Amino acid sequence: MKVTGAQSLVRSLECAGVEVVFGIPGGAILPAYDPLLDSSIRHILMRHEQGAGHAAEGYAHVTGRPGVCMATSGPGATNLVTPIADAFMDSIPLVAITGQVPRAAMGGDAFQEADIIGITMPITKHSIKVMDPDAIPTAVAEAFHIASTGRPGPVLVDLPKDVLASDTTFAWPSSIELPGYRPHTEPNHRQIAAAAELIRRAERPVFYVGGGVVKGRAARELRALVEAVGAPVVTTLMARGAFPDDHDLNLGMPGMHGGYAAVTAMQRSDLLIALGVRFDDRVTGDLASFAPGAQIIHADIDPAEIGKNRAADVPIVGDAKAVIAALASSVGADASITPALYEPWRAEVARWHADYPFAYDQDPDGPIKPQHVVSRFDDALAGEGIVVTGVGQHQMWASQFMRFNRPNSWASSGGLGTMGFAVPAALGAKIGRPQERVVAIDGDGCFQMTAQELATASIEKIPFVVAILNNSHLGMVRQWQELFYDKRYSQVYLPREVPDYVALAEAYGGVGLRATSVDEVDAVIDKALGVDDRPCVVDFRVDEAEMCFPMVPAGASNDDIIVRPGVMPGAGEVEGSSPDHPVPEPYDEPEFVPSA
Amino acid sequence: MSVTTHTLSVLVANEPGVLARIAGLFSRRAFNIESLAVGPTEDPCLSRMTIVVSAEHKPIEQVTKQLHKLIHVVRIVELPHDNSVERELGLFKVAAPAGKRAEILEIAEIFKAQIVDVDTTTLVVESTGTPEQIASLGQLLVPYGILETARTGRVALGRGGKILRSPNPHPVPLEDLSRDYASDHHPAEPIPTRR
Repeated sequence: MKVTGAQSLVRSLECAGVEVVFGIPGGAILPAYDPLLDSSIRHILMRHEQGAGHAAEGYAHVTGRPGVCMATSGPGATNLVTPIADAFMDSIPLVAITGQVPRAAMGGDAFQEADIIGITMPITKHSIKVMDPDAIPTAVAEAFHIASTGRPGPVLVDLPKDVLASDTTFAWPSSIELPGYRPHTEPNHRQIAAAAELIRRAERPVFYVGGGVVKGRAARELRALVEAVGAPVVTTLMARGAFPDDHDLNLGMPGMHGGYAAVTAMQRSDLLIALGVRFDDRVTGDLASFAPGAQIIHADIDPAEIGKNRAADVPIVGDAKAVIAALASSVGADASITPALYEPWRAEVARWHADYPFAYDQDPDGPIKPQHVVSRFDDALAGEGIVVTGVGQHQMWASQFMRFNRPNSWASSGGLGTMGFAVPAALGAKIGRPQERVVAIDGDGCFQMTAQELATASIEKIPFVVAILNNSHLGMVRQWQELFYDKRYSQVYLPREVPDYVALAEAYGGVGLRATSVDEVDAVIDKALGVDDRPCVVDFRVDEAEMCFPMVPAGASNDDIIVRPGVMPGAGEVEGSSPDHPVPEPYDEPEFVPSA
Repeated sequence: MSVTTHTLSVLVANEPGVLARIAGLFSRRAFNIESLAVGPTEDPCLSRMTIVVSAEHKPIEQVTKQLHKLIHVVRIVELPHDNSVERELGLFKVAAPAGKRAEILEIAEIFKAQIVDVDTTTLVVESTGTPEQIASLGQLLVPYGILETARTGRVALGRGGKILRSPNPHPVPLEDLSRDYASDHHPAEPIPTRR
């Protein structure tokens, strides 16, 4: 069929199953925007390309399908760099379509020319520069295939303007041939048997579950495996919801701000069953003293993750769903593996969990504690809905105090730690799951980085709640300055009245609400969750001095976890713990001095 | 663990930008490439890169795995020095006044090197061989005054009948991306809760 390159692109996106594209038009991508008018694909006009990228990520997080963002050449494309890097670090399937200057102008520093393929080479799973209009369908098919299979990730497709404008023919390929891309999905059965043998011999096994289980759509298989073994589970920041938080085997999030029981269970474990994780430094703390007595079963679809940070005793390369199902059947066939084996271990872990839960003190007459806001949202959502966050203290509190019982109900920026993720990602999540309530827990610092997307949300009638835990600071940075820089607060103060978040929300066509005292919190949450036709921003004026605990200081051993100021139950008790790491002295109740 | 040189033979898709992807990966992962040679192969779709790097065993394994993740990388093999043929080519422009010319020719003869350019005051010596042979020839030419040097990267092939070639064609059907993947793994069973 005779079409233009642009028509071929739009037809290809339709054939790839795309229902929504987040983007902003501009010079070089202009030809693609014309056939979009006649397409079934919904285009959401964002206010900044970074917002388009994060919205596509939010969509991908909650649907498991690739998110699509589109931008023009030059600055449009470079504004996508942050979300592309974010998607790369968190293995989010993302297809970024960028316009490029015409072929003849390439390399000549033409207006709005940027070598976006070169710029994004280290942060994409793959990128394709389409120099021949006939190659558009194959390029799009390859991009979606690569982005969504194996270890998912971002793929960039760069299209020169004249390629989009040329005449070509359209034919959607039924299959594709990529000799250099054959993800290994089926696990080796000898490795599965070896893993089952380690489980049988273990006394203190822990399931260390990561984002790969969500990406691999393996939550159901995981549940069956965990219940067959009866060992405790920790779910990393990327895996919240992969295993139900309400399940009595779930210890929640491990790591730098993880729960005492989750961190300590890993430290004392004799077998970590690591599924779709990458032994990230935020989880392991000082690697040399991480889980010193544990053997490691490490399953991942990316062979490069196995043995990268911690040597594996039983490496398994494969898709999470296939690996976990195979493990479950192997464990199920072995009558000697029963939950009764680990009863003493479960009891010990349960005691830690009961002794050191996530906790905070809310004085009914004092300032609102940020954790209180998060807890009240959790109660109001009652385990339903989708939660999105930015990066920092509020993100950790959301992960600590909210329950996630379903996969794909949590979207957060993990590996890259991208402030400003929440507002656009919440928008994308709501598009992906229109029937669900979407709540963004955000910080005042993060919110101001991408707040312009409220305009997109109100114009497009995309309702979600943004709960700003407004502590008038870049809170996590302030916390580190308090703990490690002698309370010398440098460049972290954001006066809480500027901007007026309520007025700002209304100016953008949304609803603006505010809570300044504890007794206002519930009513405001109720009211916010009742808004169903536009975005709603709530300015929660929370305690400025609140810090996020537990905490393992950067570079310290997980044995030295500080549950709350002055309480370090693990220090010096565990064999193999190293005393040489810098651990802050227990300190008095912080005295808050604004830096302004 | 000791640092040794590794010779990686990499079959890559013959596409623009492949060299940048591979070189970028090495530098991003903090590896120093000692030499790199690229050329076409018997299959017009593929090029062969021969990359020499110095690294310990574990890091080289990691960088090999990372290389495998590049879509344009089709095959990688590490060629052991004792079971492969390794060659480099060197060109040396040597100061050769009339009185010294015979001596230089004699040295070239011993190394089976060719004289490929002659001028009144200079000679260009071309030598092909193992990296060590080229280095020794260079050493011997130093006293005469080496004016310019050009050396290729190493090229290598494994000895014997083992062949590194593209895998057989294996077209894969496209995923149905319109499916609702997220909800198809939600466990339906009630949760045994502690609350």
